Amino acid sequence: MISGFVFRALDGRIVVAVAILLGVALLVPALNLMTPPDSALHIPTYAVSLFGKYLCYALLALALDLVWGYCGILSLGHGAFFALGGYAMGMYLMRQIGSRGVYGNPILPDFMVFLNWKELPWFWHGFDWFVFAMAMVLVVPGLLAFVFGWFAFRSRVNGVYLSIITQAMTYALMLAFFRNDMGFGGNNGLTDFKDILGFPVQADGTRAVLFAMSAIMLALCLLVASAIVRSKFGKVLVGVRDAESRVRFLGFRVENIKLFTFVVSAMMAGIAGALFVPQVGIINPGEFAPANSIEVVVWTAVGGRGTLIGPVIGAVLVNAGKSFFTGAFPEIWLYALGGLFIAVTLFLPKGIVGTVQQGWNSRKAMKAAAEAEKGRDEAVPVTQAQAAE
Amino acid sequence: MNMIAETRQKSLLYLENVSVSFDGFKALNSLSFVVEPGELRAIIGPNGAGKTTMMDIITGKTRPDTGTVLFEDAIDLTKKDEADIAQLGIGRKFQKPTVFESHTVWDNLELALNRDRGVFATLFYTLSTEDEARIEEILSTIRLTHRKDELAANLSHGQKQWLEIGMLLAQEPKLLLVDEPVAGMTDAETAETAELLKEIAKTRSVVVVEHDMGFIRELGVKVTCLAEGSVLAEGSIDFVSNDPKVIENYLGR
Repeated sequence: MISGFVFRALDGRIVVAVAILLGVALLVPALNLMTPPDSALHIPTYAVSLFGKYLCYALLALALDLVWGYCGILSLGHGAFFALGGYAMGMYLMRQIGSRGVYGNPILPDFMVFLNWKELPWFWHGFDWFVFAMAMVLVVPGLLAFVFGWFAFRSRVNGVYLSIITQAMTYALMLAFFRNDMGFGGNNGLTDFKDILGFPVQADGTRAVLFAMSAIMLALCLLVASAIVRSKFGKVLVGVRDAESRVRFLGFRVENIKLFTFVVSAMMAGIAGALFVPQVGIINPGEFAPANSIEVVVWTAVGGRGTLIGPVIGAVLVNAGKSFFTGAFPEIWLYALGGLFIAVTLFLPKGIVGTVQQGWNSRKAMKAAAEAEKGRDEAVPVTQAQAAE
Repeated sequence: MNMIAETRQKSLLYLENVSVSFDGFKALNSLSFVVEPGELRAIIGPNGAGKTTMMDIITGKTRPDTGTVLFEDAIDLTKKDEADIAQLGIGRKFQKPTVFESHTVWDNLELALNRDRGVFATLFYTLSTEDEARIEEILSTIRLTHRKDELAANLSHGQKQWLEIGMLLAQEPKLLLVDEPVAGMTDAETAETAELLKEIAKTRSVVVVEHDMGFIRELGVKVTCLAEGSVLAEGSIDFVSNDPKVIENYLGR
């Protein structure tokens, strides 16, 4: 039963993607650490962190694809789950600073000393323990998605209304996290991290490992997502996307189906955020900005929604484009992004992967038709035999 | 009183004095209606007579303002939602054929199959030989065996209607509600659909809403005529179509 679930995930394209990711997880750190800086093969540390960041975005786009591409829930607030995962990791990293902060308080992070707080707020307890913090990376986004989804899906909020309230959710969280008295560092967020599990965050080795972890987690989540969408549950998901009332009248609890998918997706987004924070060295309320969540939708659409691989490719390509444009022509980046979205909507409505897939399928169909045409005379007895059957 | 109690006990579906109004418009006006086990029943009536509203109430999509809706004389359908009612064994075909277009014909039937529909049960579901045989059987009943691996989107209109009926069969319902199954079908397809429904009604109750009088004649079953939210006449097709009230309200129009 379980083995069937696992084996189903191993569809051809997913195997290739996972193999590439695992190869990258080994190769990039190796080229960074083991080649001399002047070698042609050397990958500088800043590039390792940059690519690591792309992989986190790719995981976030994959999470969105699960709910949008397969279940038809256009979430415009997935950045919130990403940011919450990031804050959970950030809180762990803050507690690791210990007395090395500017104010040298062994327990309180700097911003709390600055605010004249005497005690650690209750929700900061436990975050000095890595295992607990990592559990929170999953639990906090998962719980928010559960509560939000419980109410939204049960009251059958659908389509554009749902998109708007997801957007409102991330906006509300952004405003809340901006407040100093929330206890998450307010405007500045959490930064100045020193070490993770005892290894210095800035060191080349740590960065290489974080990069490898990002690639491995992305591969793992790809496998999980693939197993989900290829199961009977995945077919029900697509049914919900295409004909929700039909699914309901077949006796499925649509709200449970949506809720499960939304929670799994939120947890994946949380993992992405947690891997993102140590690589960029900061988490602040800006991550909750509605525009961030909308950008994720653009990556997913560019890559091709409902394909799993597409959003990964889309996220990496668009962000690589962003890095290039903001470096070379900073003033036209936003125009390029907007133009890209319009171009994709007009000319590639199925995204890159979706279009390639479609072209491939129609070529196959044309070939099959040509074969049938060529072999029509021989084909007649076969159809008769089939008819006799 | 005794007779009413008896009808109720024997019934599969029992509606009594059901009323519902939308913004002051009375869609159903103390409608009473009984379906017995194994019965094939046709419902006719002009637009706005309340045919679809009645189906909405039976399947839990709409709650009645007043009235009793019982399934198998024991289960109060007004307290259940769509998924519950579907699991109890009431299947519904929509007016517009509604199948999963991006799935194959086979997958459409697999999804409809009467198995545990929970999240984890479907995640870890594997197709058993028994289920496979059942799907093959339905495919041949709905005459779609040769197209089982094609996407439902590529089916003709009539074939989609059949596929939807097949999905309802896969649900193993005790009662099947079919809304305008032959709308947009060719004459040959209509005749075949009549055969199909008669075959299905051998093992379960079927309620068919239809405008096509020729089709209803072909079915040759008891007919209920609705108008303005209540029952106008009930009986054989000849009896109902000669009723002056029916002629005035529906046939004459």
